[in-house]
Amino acid sequence: MSDTQQKASENVVISKVGVAAGYVDDRLASANFTKRLLDKVFPDHWSFMLGEIALYSFIILLLSGTYLTLWFNPSMTEVIYNGSYLPLKGVKMSEAYSSALNISFDVRGGMLMRQIHHWAALFFVAAVTVHLLRVFFTGAFRKPRELNWLIGTGLLTLAILEGFAGYSLPDDLLSGTGLRIAQGIIQAIPLVGTYVAMFVFGGEFPGTDFIPRLYSVHILLIPGILLGLITVHLIMVFYQKHTQFAGPGRTESNVVGYRLYPVYMAKAGGFFFIVFGVTSLIAGLVTINPIWLYGPYTPSQITAGSQPDWYIGWLDGAVRLTPNIEWNILSHTISWNLLIPALIIPGIMFTLLGVYPWIEAWVTGDKREHHILDRPRNAPTRTALGVMALSFYLILWIAGGNDIMATAFNLSINTVIWTLRFALFAVPPLAFVLTKRICLGLQRRDKEKLLHGYETGRVLRLPHGEFIEIHEPVSFEERAVLLSKVDVPALEITSGEDEHGVRNPKGRKAKIQAKLSGWFYTENVSAPTEEELAEADEHFAHQLGAHERTAIDSH
Amino acid sequence: MNEIELSSSDPIGARDGKDVVSGVPVLPLPAHTPRRADIDPIAAKRAERQVALMFASSIALLIAFTVAYIKVPNTSLVAIPVLGTVGTNHVLLGLTLGLALFLIGTGAIHWAKKLMPDVEVTQERHSLSSSAAERAEVVEIFNRGAAESGFGEHKLIRRTLLGALALLPIPLVVLLRDLGPMPKTLLRNTIWKKNVHLVTDATYQKIKASDIPVGGLINAVPENLLEIEESEGNLNQRGKASIILVRMDPAEIIAQQGENWDYEGILAFSKICTHVGCPISLYQQRTHHLLCPCHQSTFDLANKGNVIFGPAARRMPQLAITVDNEGYLIARGDFKEPVGPSFWERG
Repeated sequence: MSDTQQKASENVVISKVGVAAGYVDDRLASANFTKRLLDKVFPDHWSFMLGEIALYSFIILLLSGTYLTLWFNPSMTEVIYNGSYLPLKGVKMSEAYSSALNISFDVRGGMLMRQIHHWAALFFVAAVTVHLLRVFFTGAFRKPRELNWLIGTGLLTLAILEGFAGYSLPDDLLSGTGLRIAQGIIQAIPLVGTYVAMFVFGGEFPGTDFIPRLYSVHILLIPGILLGLITVHLIMVFYQKHTQFAGPGRTESNVVGYRLYPVYMAKAGGFFFIVFGVTSLIAGLVTINPIWLYGPYTPSQITAGSQPDWYIGWLDGAVRLTPNIEWNILSHTISWNLLIPALIIPGIMFTLLGVYPWIEAWVTGDKREHHILDRPRNAPTRTALGVMALSFYLILWIAGGNDIMATAFNLSINTVIWTLRFALFAVPPLAFVLTKRICLGLQRRDKEKLLHGYETGRVLRLPHGEFIEIHEPVSFEERAVLLSKVDVPALEITSGEDEHGVRNPKGRKAKIQAKLSGWFYTENVSAPTEEELAEADEHFAHQLGAHERTAIDSH
Repeated sequence: MNEIELSSSDPIGARDGKDVVSGVPVLPLPAHTPRRADIDPIAAKRAERQVALMFASSIALLIAFTVAYIKVPNTSLVAIPVLGTVGTNHVLLGLTLGLALFLIGTGAIHWAKKLMPDVEVTQERHSLSSSAAERAEVVEIFNRGAAESGFGEHKLIRRTLLGALALLPIPLVVLLRDLGPMPKTLLRNTIWKKNVHLVTDATYQKIKASDIPVGGLINAVPENLLEIEESEGNLNQRGKASIILVRMDPAEIIAQQGENWDYEGILAFSKICTHVGCPISLYQQRTHHLLCPCHQSTFDLANKGNVIFGPAARRMPQLAITVDNEGYLIARGDFKEPVGPSFWERG
């Protein structure tokens, strides 16, 4: 194509776009919005893709889930299986289980879609969890993003519920066992538990009503809420602009990165296909939830070593660890052995998670907006709190597999449980102290690197016999990051009385706040002063000179 | 450090090398270093071909997917090392679809990374809060509306409205009433009755006492369970009435829940765990311990079915049994306490 021809064809394309855009703009005044949308700059960092994985997994779940609904029949009507999976031929089962088997063995590609759906669900909750950890440890939840954090907590809760509802639907032996446990827990709620259990299940367990009811919850109610909340979550990210890590050219008042159009459309769009592709490959190669091996559900059978999907593990672990406390008062039963692990502990954990931004803001008295992310080491108390909570969660999660551990390592199940019971109280505080110390150590090293450079490993012998190691200044990028550490003073402790001796009604609260703020900040290593930095630069220049002299001498 | 070319001016949001908000030093953005493909047309052409190759491979794989879907029967199996024996059709569909999607993804990202601009762009962030004047205006509008509506003034309107709204949830709750039956005594009774035969759980054979060896274990259900259709709650009854029978040397029985509830050392216990209702299945012959596979509650069947470990708080209910004239095991009545997990009214 000659140059003039090319130019002409470009003009045609542009004017076509112009006509289409004009048509829409005449009706929606969309030009201004579209301009800002396409031009929007996003910062680049691998950890920002975690939320993307969650979003893409959700889209994969919607697509594969819709496909599954074309054949799945959530009915408890008893049928005799007559599909192509021979070991179960002639076995009585519910239509739900039978149709799930048909999807697996008689619909071509049905097995692949079932496996994609299940793997995507596992990835979805995992991605949401890791994304949440990233947001927590970098302080991205701080003002102005507290509300989006709260939505995120809601999304995590719903994602776990939705996953549980999903793997309970096929009515195989494993899923029925999970439902039996859920029903037992509902029944343990004081006062209303028995009624709620009867109403939810349409009578006694298992009944014939629950699976169809759960189906509408799983394919309509929860995904609908998830979709709505995800939309709000994304709009808020867009509106408030994404946070960014410190680096050259990054400030609290700018965003440095690439434009949505075309770079991020290609990158993020491409990443969707990668997530979908990897999920499909794993689904094709690694079997998950082989319901055909479990057999149909019956309340009198179970397989040893039953394990829920990974995200339910911590709840099951909590139930396994709680001692058998049950009260009988005035001929009424309070089952603390279920209420504590299944309702109280998760209730406290999710509440603390949701309100954490406000707790931290109150403790630190910090009311500023934050758009530059914290390095976890520079907020040691927060990081330590996070690791502490994480270790608590992990011990519960490990406890969910206590029987597997006992058989795999040939241990007594009693020893495993008692060890984990103690660990649940001993490990988190230990994790807190250790993490805080490690963070402070890293802060010290950062300061040292700024002032004395990094150790090159090159040792020089000076003419008078002394050995020295050459230190070099850190790279430009690293220097920009290290310099970005903000020194935050702790709140001052105000006296409870003013100069006339009148008690300040808010004095006590302020005192507690100041003390907590001190606990949050005081041990932080201060950033180097300008004088120190200038001195360090001079020192480097000087050392460089000495260094060159030595090089000349040696020739 | 000297060789990096820097842009001379402060970035947006910094003055004299310092962030205007946080006060920390800000280094300027380094000047853009061009990539190979930016300066070398051959490298650019190569990147273009690589991207196109990935998209073209995806096309081929999508065609292969369709061919596999049509040509490979759903029933054929293939043995693959590590994976074991798997459905050929399933694996082929997964591989072709997965790779096709993956290559579209890598192609797009390769395109973005090699050929689209990689110059970092700086955009300004605007303060999220509105001006004080705008905020005051909103408050004013709100107050004006409140005054115009007279919400504060007309007490009668306000109170009746709030009353109506407070009662609104009632129909919503009432409408849920028919979701299920009232609990009544459903959780207290099972279908066990005097003289009902114990039959095996899977084949429904009557059980002769003399057929159970010492140390043996049999899963059993009441014979009248067979009369209940699935739609009439067969599984519900099975979930309460299932039992396990164990036979031990009568000398090893320390205590039972009732005087002589066994028959010559054969003891019948509920199979449904008193913790959250899992069917218990792991029995240790030597110690007579019964372990729940769900949460590891352990019961001592030689001693009243008492809890000896784990989260369960209640003993396993025992069923009193005897034999009929032909020596088949029968129940002497229903359980004397509710089986299965606890509930508020249980007491």
